[in-house]
Amino acid sequence: MGITDAIRRSHHEHEAPDVLGDLMRGTLDHCVKCTICETFCPVSNVTPLFPGPKTVGPQAERFRVRGEESADHSLDYCSGCGVCTQVCPQGVHIAEINTQARAKLKERDGFSLRDRIIARPPLLGRVGTPAAALANKTLANGPLRLLGEKVLGVHHKAAVPKFAGRTFQGWAKRHQSPPAPRRVAYFHGCGANWYEPAVGEKTVGLLEAIGCQVDVPRGQACCGLPLQSNGQFEAARKYVRAMGKTLAPAARAGVDIVGTSTSCTLMLKREAREILDLMEDADLKVVSEHMYDICEYLVMLHDNGGLALELQPLPMTVTYHAPCQQQGHGVGKPALELMALIPELRVIENEATCCGVAGTYGIKREKYDIAMKVGSGLFAQIQDARPDVAVCDSETCRWHIEGATGVRSVHPIEVLHHAAGLSGDLQREA
Amino acid sequence: MKPDVVVVGAGLAGLSAAVRLAEAGASVRVLAKGVGSTHLSAGTIDVLGYDADDRRVERPLEALAGLPAEHPYGLVGAAGVSTAVEWFKGRIADGPRAPYAYVGDADQNILLPTAVGAVAPSAAVPETMAGGDLRGGARVCVVGFRALKDFYPALVADNLSRGADGVEARSVELDLRPEGRADPSALAYARGFDDDAFRAEVVAQVVARLAPDERVAFPAVLGLVSPHEVWSYMEHRLSRPVFEIPTLPPSVPGMRVYATLGQLLVRAGGRVVLNTIITGAERSGDRVRSLRARVGLRELTWEPQWVVLATGGFSAGGLELDSHWVTREVALGLPVEGAPPPGEERFRAAYFGGQPMDRVGVRTDHDQRPLGEDGGRMLENVLVAGATLAGAAPWREKSGDGIALATGFRAAGLIGGGATDRADDVATTRA
Repeated sequence: MGITDAIRRSHHEHEAPDVLGDLMRGTLDHCVKCTICETFCPVSNVTPLFPGPKTVGPQAERFRVRGEESADHSLDYCSGCGVCTQVCPQGVHIAEINTQARAKLKERDGFSLRDRIIARPPLLGRVGTPAAALANKTLANGPLRLLGEKVLGVHHKAAVPKFAGRTFQGWAKRHQSPPAPRRVAYFHGCGANWYEPAVGEKTVGLLEAIGCQVDVPRGQACCGLPLQSNGQFEAARKYVRAMGKTLAPAARAGVDIVGTSTSCTLMLKREAREILDLMEDADLKVVSEHMYDICEYLVMLHDNGGLALELQPLPMTVTYHAPCQQQGHGVGKPALELMALIPELRVIENEATCCGVAGTYGIKREKYDIAMKVGSGLFAQIQDARPDVAVCDSETCRWHIEGATGVRSVHPIEVLHHAAGLSGDLQREA
Repeated sequence: MKPDVVVVGAGLAGLSAAVRLAEAGASVRVLAKGVGSTHLSAGTIDVLGYDADDRRVERPLEALAGLPAEHPYGLVGAAGVSTAVEWFKGRIADGPRAPYAYVGDADQNILLPTAVGAVAPSAAVPETMAGGDLRGGARVCVVGFRALKDFYPALVADNLSRGADGVEARSVELDLRPEGRADPSALAYARGFDDDAFRAEVVAQVVARLAPDERVAFPAVLGLVSPHEVWSYMEHRLSRPVFEIPTLPPSVPGMRVYATLGQLLVRAGGRVVLNTIITGAERSGDRVRSLRARVGLRELTWEPQWVVLATGGFSAGGLELDSHWVTREVALGLPVEGAPPPGEERFRAAYFGGQPMDRVGVRTDHDQRPLGEDGGRMLENVLVAGATLAGAAPWREKSGDGIALATGFRAAGLIGGGATDRADDVATTRA
């Protein structure tokens, strides 16, 4: 069907519900084609395979009407970092429109086995955790990784996390948070649960040290963000609704929820509701109103005089990279403000927008080279700075940065925890 | 979040104010809906190109005296404009793209070719454009790229030959695409020029096609990261003056300004926070106590000591004329001056002639504090800068860059320089 036919058909079907939802799609009428988004797009700036967010978004969207094939399959090369939406001076939800369009594309073309697997961290976690030693050996084995690339499509050089062999949830079940005047709930995410339980334990420890009683709502699984990024919207809705149900009681009781996985806190703050068209879900609504990224929350406490924390001098050098999804929170860079409280700590702020990995994007066979090219500026800055550690709020970015630079990468909370005298060493997992 | 200063708007006015404040030791956050005017501008600093009678201005500082008293330049004065332009040149020259620098000053305009081959007066311009001053005549070869949709060398050359005295121009079009891109933008070409191999290929294709006494014009894509190096290389390899002509947006010279000021801000401990829409303020007495910011589905509160409002005019969305014909300043709801009363003419058919809405904006006192409906100072800790100010017609006067820069720079000085006793807090707060 040609373009004119498509437009005619869309006019005839105007009474049918808008496939993308009025909220997101309506904003594209504000696009003035200034192409500012394309000047900031980390992907289109390094590869001609992706023509840019305006081209595949507000421009192509006009030709994607109900039941119509996407005009342009290059859409799949969008990494979903969301920078386009952040820089748009007209308020167009470019990244969200593109995520929705990609889901339509994937739905039609079918989901690959790889995308089904890597988008389900709990599945991987349940398989890998009990046999962590074997699983980690397998993932570190060159020939097996080459086989994995061939069969599954996960690039053999892509940094994949190590299973911790224990879960944060297991620790939390045994842990009793002492009563304290302020209560917070902790949303740990898959990263802390399966791979970096120390990040979760340190978060709880730090919150307790500043006078919070920490609840860890039972049964937290996955927020559905990887499924959403991989276009599997039906499954993503199922996951995030379950997460909403798990966290809603705390929110309804007026308890603030903090998370250490910055992309997942953004998912629950707004992305799920906007992108997955779940604006009216009552659980998600109340959760989104009470969700904070951990550093945002601590700065808020600090501003109100509620961050009673004695910080020891840390005579070391760290770099700080604010991940794209953290920037999507629109709260500045609270991690920098927290680290500025630590005496003698030298913090070098990286002047780069994206590390390239964008969740699961950069581990895919066909996208790994792009991800490395996107991140090359950041990697060079980190290596030039010769830091003790590279600080970053997002787990997938940390793994990618570590893999590319060989520099250990930690969550800002780990630095604070160490400076508060609660942990001895930043180099090793506790 | 309680920085010393929140600057609302990330255009030239907001960034100038923010960099100056941050470098003086204040903690500064720039809140903006998105990235704006820099990417859409030519990257030149136009101070005053045309006077109140639409006559071309040769000496901008002298001509300021002839503007109406209520013009924003009346707040700044000729000496203030000159200081601001020199400050800007100094910051660019010291910035991360050094030795990339601006040349010219606010005393004297030069005439540079535009993207359609007209000539336009500018005061301070990137060194990479200065060779385009064609007063006194010149022979020019305008080089373009077939795949670059935002620059037509034949159009530029024809119009220059017709309209500029003593200029003889012709064009050459190259079929070169960076990385083999199907639809390369000005930015893709700029990144191409940043790469040794690409610019060497351009030289190889151009060098034999030049007449001995021709200057060479390129679209303004001679590098984003290292424009000085690229431009020097081209002049050296082609053994003649080379200059850039602005393209349609997105403007690479504008991106250099945004990136340079942004990096200077970060290095001074400041920050730009995007995707943030200021929807109002809580006041106590004549002070703004906090700003309400909408980010996605959430509302955040910022509690600065000072606010610099630099959200721009109608085109940037800082001012709005709604479907009920109500004119408003969108962030703080400040009174707007100059809109014709209900029922009177608002627009005229001659688009580029004077428009009744031309000079609409927020009126301030001499210290750039907004005036209330009663004509008195309305808010003590809010300063207004740039295109939000009433009294100018920047697109006719070619004065937008100068107003943004001079009033943004001055707002920072008023805050840091003892405008009230609270300024001491700002001056002594250093991370």
